Amino acid sequence: MGDSSLHVLKGIELQIDEGELVAIMGSSGSGKSTLLNILGMLDTADEGEYRLDKVLIKDLTETIAAKYRNLFLGFVFQSFNLINYKNALENVALPLYYQGLARKIRQQKALEYLDKVGLKEWATHLPSELSGGQKQRVAIARAMASQPKVLLADEPTGALDSKTSNEVMGLIQQINREGKTILVVTHELDIAHMCKRIITLKDGIIVEDQKVDQILVDTHVQ
Amino acid sequence: MFNRDRWQEIFQTIRKNKLRTLLSGFTVALGIFIFIVLFGFGNGLKNSFKQFFLDDATNTLWVYPGLTSKPYRGFKANRRIEFENNDLEDIRNNFEFFLEDITPRISRRSIVKYKGESDNYSTRAVAPAHQYMEKTIMMKGRFIHQDDLSNKTKIVVIGRLVAEDLFKDEDPIGKYIEVGSIAFKVVGVFQDQSGDREERLIYMPYTTRQLLEKNNDKIDYFIVSFRPEMGYTSTLAFERQLRLFLKNKKDIDPRDNNGIRIRNVADQIRQNQQFASVLQIIVAFVGIGTLIAGIIGISNIMVFVVKERTKELGVRKALGATPKNVIAMVLQESIFITTLSGVFGMICGIFLLRNIGDRLAQFFIIDPYIESVTAMIATVLLIIFGAIAGYIPAKRAASIKPIVALRDE
Repeated sequence: MGDSSLHVLKGIELQIDEGELVAIMGSSGSGKSTLLNILGMLDTADEGEYRLDKVLIKDLTETIAAKYRNLFLGFVFQSFNLINYKNALENVALPLYYQGLARKIRQQKALEYLDKVGLKEWATHLPSELSGGQKQRVAIARAMASQPKVLLADEPTGALDSKTSNEVMGLIQQINREGKTILVVTHELDIAHMCKRIITLKDGIIVEDQKVDQILVDTHVQ
Repeated sequence: MFNRDRWQEIFQTIRKNKLRTLLSGFTVALGIFIFIVLFGFGNGLKNSFKQFFLDDATNTLWVYPGLTSKPYRGFKANRRIEFENNDLEDIRNNFEFFLEDITPRISRRSIVKYKGESDNYSTRAVAPAHQYMEKTIMMKGRFIHQDDLSNKTKIVVIGRLVAEDLFKDEDPIGKYIEVGSIAFKVVGVFQDQSGDREERLIYMPYTTRQLLEKNNDKIDYFIVSFRPEMGYTSTLAFERQLRLFLKNKKDIDPRDNNGIRIRNVADQIRQNQQFASVLQIIVAFVGIGTLIAGIIGISNIMVFVVKERTKELGVRKALGATPKNVIAMVLQESIFITTLSGVFGMICGIFLLRNIGDRLAQFFIIDPYIESVTAMIATVLLIIFGAIAGYIPAKRAASIKPIVALRDE
């Protein structure tokens, strides 16, 4: 915001293939969130090219950007960003509403995804009645509901304790196993090691890019 | 507009944000309510001005004699002017073109007796035309006739309250009462719209009164009615010519403003109506002020609402809401609330006006009302401006990048 500009990213060359589960690491200020926001079309890059599924993402109008976000991307935020006056089911159904689906189908699909994250019984609860881990699972269900190509998670476990962090990461791994491409921004090494590839950023450039052996979490979610 | 899903969204936001909805609705309802009530009061003022003249014919000139203030044709100043019977004749003959009718008036107070009852009443000695000019309504019997004038008959027409006081339940027609110790036959009972004072009067032929007063031909003053179809300017011309004629006849300096006084009822009504219109413009101005205050109120609330929802709107945008979606949602909600509360305020205002009637008569507000068209226009205006007030912040919110909106805490 404002007039003062700051170059956060200083040349990133990166290719992510379908089905990958990538962790983007770095200390705060390294540019990892900015990278994720550009990938998520929430922010725009001053220079360079970004292709998502062979589509060049450049100079999009807000309307087209909104359409792409809706069709291609699912977001998971550190602070969940659920709409506080909508219950779990309605939150999950929201992206489907913007896809223009009929109400019945929306409800049905939303319930299906809530079931996937193990919260079917909590469908009519407001976010304020859910624990942090449950909120994040609702947020993941919401991100998944529109069946995006890519799931972008910005510090998805940042506000959670280690037990619920593991649960959430287990869910992410499970979704990845079903073939979804997922990017996770984190600054926690153990979270990063639950992914298949770790990209480390420092001062706006990639300093390390390595495939790792994924540490699997017990995927049992209650 | 008739998208069921969007309405559901709106109802949900309204339900979940009751206070906010209530506040903005209240502002709008109050704005329109005050406007309607004030505007109605303006009309009520006009009504009460109209009513001041309801009991008299409005196409009349009241001509009074006065004291001269300038010497003229050998007469000194400070001379008392008097009217006589031949003045009536002269006016009749000279102003045929303008004149409809003419009546003199001689007012006296007299002790009036009937059997054991007696009281002091005002009597008015007049001609038949007086009935029309004062809009006297006959309840029983008749008014004074032309024959009564020529025969100088001793008859009276008494007011409703005089009849009640003197005769109680008796029928007064045909009975004789004493007016100043002379017996008069009661031939009629009248009522008058302008109330008690007028209904305590007694009318008699002016020739009879003159006969009783040493058979003179003096008149206190007279009332002239002109043809109702005459325009306002002809009325003024008539007034001017009549004044000149009388001044010439009575040897009054044409520049002397005091010898003859003429009260032009039509002119007075016109001036009063103008005064009432000015009052109404002032009142309407205040009303428009409240409308504007209402609009500013909605604008503030809308800015606040959008600010409060920035993050939510950011989330919605991240989930695929287009700027159009966002604007439509905010706008439709605001229009819905303004319409509902605007119509509510309007109905309350109209309802209040309907129920006031003459309860505020002591403040000169009688039967206040507002034309439904005016009420509608004011309400629609408020809704339109409310929509514009909502559009500006909504558009801004829709155009900020979702990431900025999401960062907003």
